[in-house]
Amino acid sequence: MLRDDTLSLRSSEDIVLIRQAVRSAAVDLRLGLVDQTKIVTAASELARNTLDYGGGGTVRIQGLQEGSRRGVRLTFEDKGPGIPDVERALKDGYTTGGGLGLGLGGARRLSNEFAIESRPGEGTKVTIARWTA
Amino acid sequence: MDRIPILKMGEYLLVTVQVDMHDRLAMTLQEDLAERIVKARARAVLIDISALEVVDSFIGRMLGSIAAIARVLDAETVVVGMRPAVAITLVELGLALPGVRTALNVEKGMEILRRSLGQSEGNGNGAAAEAVAPPSEADAER
Repeated sequence: MLRDDTLSLRSSEDIVLIRQAVRSAAVDLRLGLVDQTKIVTAASELARNTLDYGGGGTVRIQGLQEGSRRGVRLTFEDKGPGIPDVERALKDGYTTGGGLGLGLGGARRLSNEFAIESRPGEGTKVTIARWTA
Repeated sequence: MDRIPILKMGEYLLVTVQVDMHDRLAMTLQEDLAERIVKARARAVLIDISALEVVDSFIGRMLGSIAAIARVLDAETVVVGMRPAVAITLVELGLALPGVRTALNVEKGMEILRRSLGQSEGNGNGAAAEAVAPPSEADAER
């Protein structure tokens, strides 16, 4: 049975719990140490975005198997104000919150798959996946 | 509230981060260190992150702030023990920790600090630092 869990994201303590849950999923799916570290770090960046800009939300952690390839997919969803200019938000150094602005672009670089949907006034959904080589 | 312990050894402050830090814990460490540098008249701070499996942009920024705050308070900072997978990930994330001095392990970190503090300190401090280095090293190799 492949893992499929949804965790809620309400406080900065939840970011730690999400890092641990993503690590455990990546270990279960036997991702290499660097791949594990990348997906956990990407999860940490996106979780903080969901919390700081989306006002909290949920993350779904899914184990993936396609033939001999294994992976982890993460879906972050919030019902916050949305991102008016997604292209701009993906650029390094762009921030409205006083951070480094590496979150979205960094998470994209650390992932094999990256998708973002955002509607102003409705919320944001970011999906990433990391696969075994 | 939980805190990360700060050990004092002569002019040095030693911090070993053993737990996955939540954001508030990281902020508390930053404030505690600033206070301890002044109170202990410390000249150098060594931060061992060998137990950290993840350094995200928040923790990376915190390390940069600690180094900058310490510099303003006339103290040097060295971050030691970063895991290879963490280094690879940090650089790909876009964070190369500018302004933060790093060393492979506690021993090399102490060497850098000792050198940059110059020959002004007595042998006593140096000996105390040596005596404490091995246990931290053992930590680093876990």
